[in-house]
Amino acid sequence: MAFARSRQALAVAGVLGLALGVTACGTGNDKKSSKASSPECAAYEKYQGHDGKKVTIYSSIRDIEADRLAQSWKEFENCTGIKIDHEGSGEFEAQLGVRVDGGNAPDLAFIPQPGLLKRFADAGKLKPAGADTKAMAEGNYSPDWLKYSTVDGKFYGAPLGSNVKSYVWYSPKMFKEKGWTVPETWDDLIKLSDTIAGTGMKPWCAGIESGDATGWPATDWIEDLMLRMTSPEVYDQWTTHGIPFNDPQVAGAVDKAGMILKNEKYVNGGFGGVKSIATTSFQEAGTPITAGKCALHRQASFYANQWPQGTKVAEDGDVFAFYFPAVDPAKGKPVLGGGEFVTAFADRPEVQAVQTYLASGEYANSRAKIGDWVSANKKLDLANVPNPVDKLSVQILQDPKTVFRFDGSDLMPAAVGAGTFWKGMVDWINGKDTATVLNGIESSWPK
Amino acid sequence: MEFDFAEEQPKFLMLMYGLIAFVAVVGGLLLLLDVVPAWFARRRDARLLAAVTSGAPLLRRRKPREGLFALFFLLPTLLFLVVGLVVPAIRTTLLSFMDKDSTNWVGLRNYGWLFSEPSIVRVLTNTLIWVLLVPLVATAFGLIYAVLVDRARLEALAKSLIFLPMAISFVGASIIWKFVYAYRGEDQEQIGLLNQIVVSLGGAPKQWLLDSPLNTFLLIVIMVWIQAGFAMVVLSAAIKAIPADIVEAARLDGVTPWQMFWQITMPSIRPALIVVVVTISIATLKVFDIVRTATNGNYETSVIANEMYNQAFRYGQPGQGSALAVFLFILVIPIVIYQIRNLRQQREG
Amino acid sequence: MTTATPTVGAGVQATTKTSRAARVRRRLNSRAATLVSIVIALLWTVPTFGLFISSFRPEDQIKTTGWWTFFTDPQFTMENYQEVLFSSSSSAGQLASYFINSLAITIPSVLFPIAFAALAAYALAWINFKGRDWLYIAIFSLQIVPLQMALVPLLKFFSTGVTIAGLQVLPAWELDGAQKFAQVWFAHTCFALPFAVYLLHNFISQLPRDLMEAARVDGATHPKIFRTIVLPLITPALAAFGIFQFLWVWNDLLVALIFAGGTKETAPLTVRLAEMAGTRGNEWQRLTSGAFVSIVVPLIVFLSLQRYFVRGLLAGSVKG
Repeated sequence: MAFARSRQALAVAGVLGLALGVTACGTGNDKKSSKASSPECAAYEKYQGHDGKKVTIYSSIRDIEADRLAQSWKEFENCTGIKIDHEGSGEFEAQLGVRVDGGNAPDLAFIPQPGLLKRFADAGKLKPAGADTKAMAEGNYSPDWLKYSTVDGKFYGAPLGSNVKSYVWYSPKMFKEKGWTVPETWDDLIKLSDTIAGTGMKPWCAGIESGDATGWPATDWIEDLMLRMTSPEVYDQWTTHGIPFNDPQVAGAVDKAGMILKNEKYVNGGFGGVKSIATTSFQEAGTPITAGKCALHRQASFYANQWPQGTKVAEDGDVFAFYFPAVDPAKGKPVLGGGEFVTAFADRPEVQAVQTYLASGEYANSRAKIGDWVSANKKLDLANVPNPVDKLSVQILQDPKTVFRFDGSDLMPAAVGAGTFWKGMVDWINGKDTATVLNGIESSWPK
Repeated sequence: MEFDFAEEQPKFLMLMYGLIAFVAVVGGLLLLLDVVPAWFARRRDARLLAAVTSGAPLLRRRKPREGLFALFFLLPTLLFLVVGLVVPAIRTTLLSFMDKDSTNWVGLRNYGWLFSEPSIVRVLTNTLIWVLLVPLVATAFGLIYAVLVDRARLEALAKSLIFLPMAISFVGASIIWKFVYAYRGEDQEQIGLLNQIVVSLGGAPKQWLLDSPLNTFLLIVIMVWIQAGFAMVVLSAAIKAIPADIVEAARLDGVTPWQMFWQITMPSIRPALIVVVVTISIATLKVFDIVRTATNGNYETSVIANEMYNQAFRYGQPGQGSALAVFLFILVIPIVIYQIRNLRQQREG
Repeated sequence: MTTATPTVGAGVQATTKTSRAARVRRRLNSRAATLVSIVIALLWTVPTFGLFISSFRPEDQIKTTGWWTFFTDPQFTMENYQEVLFSSSSSAGQLASYFINSLAITIPSVLFPIAFAALAAYALAWINFKGRDWLYIAIFSLQIVPLQMALVPLLKFFSTGVTIAGLQVLPAWELDGAQKFAQVWFAHTCFALPFAVYLLHNFISQLPRDLMEAARVDGATHPKIFRTIVLPLITPALAAFGIFQFLWVWNDLLVALIFAGGTKETAPLTVRLAEMAGTRGNEWQRLTSGAFVSIVVPLIVFLSLQRYFVRGLLAGSVKG
């Protein structure tokens, strides 16, 4: 028995040793001396004076993108001596509330939902941004953006990354081969869809499965069409419950989306019929384009990262995106998008320094250079944005004529925006009629 | 990126502290309980000696000391339970009578919502289906398998395979079942095993998780798949504990395996069987990860724990979430009553 | 923890019983049972096996064809394991760090509840005091409290201490770095106790009354009976609970996320694996290999504790 025991201990030690041994290569710990006075640190002078302090950040950004974040503020850390501890979690939205209620809030949180931001602000948990942060944010972002982090006249933080949602992905190669052209209006889009359907290919592919967030890609469709069929003002009323959720205008937008999403002739290329949209994960929903099994896929700019390895994303490449056309060209080109806001649960000076830095043009350029990132920061230099879709997005966001609106489901109370709206769209795809779904969502709006 | 052993040192140090604390607490408690009564015993002996000579009553002081012993045996458990579960349970109950900001009392409004919202009523019925089916099927399977494997060669291997699902984290399990229930269009190659079987038999692929109530049963299959390992391990241990001489005597009497099962095995493992059924029932009432990762409660598959988590943490409705939790407390009452009856019988018997 | 060292007399008795038990076992062996149980076990394993095969397939293959196509068109890659074991993600650090964290979290989180629950279960079963049945039922009922609802109050207990009527009764814990493990141990111990007490009470209360009474007549005190008689006899139950508690803690995500945080200083393997799927969850093929990396230790634990489940360990001491 004693023998068996030691052998077993040996096995455990062996596994451990293996895990440690193979990874224990590389150099030792290189101690970085503070180089606060070196020339490249001149830009960080105004953030200095907090040497040795620590700032914790909590966000939903993880893995490679978290590495890029860490890389983007490395110089800031070296020059100011502030240590930034970032933690990303897939459970961010739910766990942030637990941590805050439990008295264990992070110093900063990147909140992607203005609705959630408002909840913490209303509860008095968030600290209004300091004067420096506010000045920096007002200099670099348009009021369109800043209003989403302003609650009852108090400003709570600047945006960080952004994305543009009003895109339709397609294959320039395929379009050239078949002689199709990029549509400029909704009617052209439908005409093109019919043409493609005539060749025997299902023109559209879509997927709304996304784990515990299943349904959100469909809400983006509705939001985009709300913006196009009504007006930005009506859109704002809709997201703030100024008009009921089952208003005829909303029903109109949903039915319009249904012209494509619930049309068996149009969907779901590469996956099956209409109902397959519900179970197709949004990550793989567009990939049939590269296999020539569908032609069009409506998804945000960040979908650029989802293509199979080796796919060339460019205007003359394997895939690219065009602007989701206007229904009524006379109404201009509204843009739907999203992003996260840098909000603070603490107001220590080093926390404010980090919050201000993240709103700066220096930071935006530092992060953009690393790649796969879009921001509405006006100081962001297009030359620093490597990826062509990101470039297009930055152009759209920086254009002063752009009428920008934030993703509506992120503005609504979470019970609707992250709850019944998502679930309602899933039911809708799964066969429920528009009126029933909208009445259900309306009745769930928190009083 | 280098691996730095120095960085790991605090962890081992902390682990060591933890183990030292463990030895100190448990060992200290036992030592204390050993030494103190011994001292009392010596005093009692002395008093006994005196009492024998004087003829005074003896047994009066025995009872309170039993209580004192019990207190020390129970102390750590009670402390942890009060902090970790009793206080939260009380808090949850209070919250269920409050609004979403947990500031104003709203009476029974959250409970009214519970029973008036059709989607929530559906959640409650689903939970009922789960708690009726899972314990029954998982225990039956675990029992049959435990009996079977008891007489089989390669027992360790077979048991390990059944046990395997328990050892897989939910993250892994969610992908495992994705590869079973996944759907692709008819013209596509299937990546889900179930549809592949259907297709190779000449049928059309189906979206398994979409159609209610079939989807609930398919999710229940996952739970049974996991819990059967638990049932099997505990029941197998109980079967092993049946004294060998009883089994041998029965064999010599020439009983059939069927008789053996009903007359020897079943009565002997009854306590373990109850443990398994009760435990799986409670685990099923609280089932959360399976529904969350497979459908997130869409397509009318939601259950109480999943809805509770969504309401309390994702939708910012702690009042409604708490009401669901309290409903869970109520659902367990039948099991508690059964347990009380059992205990009574045991004490009498 | 405790080794099975029964008193000398019982030990001798146990060995003779074991050999007799072995004989019974041999005779009971039947080919049909072997066949059926192996077939069922294999069927049970098919889904897991699919995952196992998938973990060696390239990403685009996993996402477009079924795992069974591996047998007709074998495309083999170690990339998924490469990514999980030696991921280049610099902010995340090395998997070994998380491995150590998992061990540091799990070991005490298994030991504490076992010991506390064994003590409590003994008291509830064999010490006569007022209201013990009600106490037992109360502890039993606590099993239903969903741990999700306990997260916020428990976190508050750690981060702000306990204040009653404006008076700070207990201070905040103020733990940093590896010290946070203590919070996780505490939380896991709380959540495990009701079930542990229930399971162990069931075993302990089944022990023969005359054995206990004989010991008491001999003048043994409760601690002595607990150590010398009860502990050796309930070893299988301790092992059973130990296995399950080990699994729950090892595979837990929620508790660790809240009480340890998600950095490499304290986060366990599960937290890292969940993160590896990427911000939008699109790299889920990594989880195929991740699931098998994290399963190794629980399997070792199960296989090594399995030998406590042998016939004869309780032979002669339990009367059906």
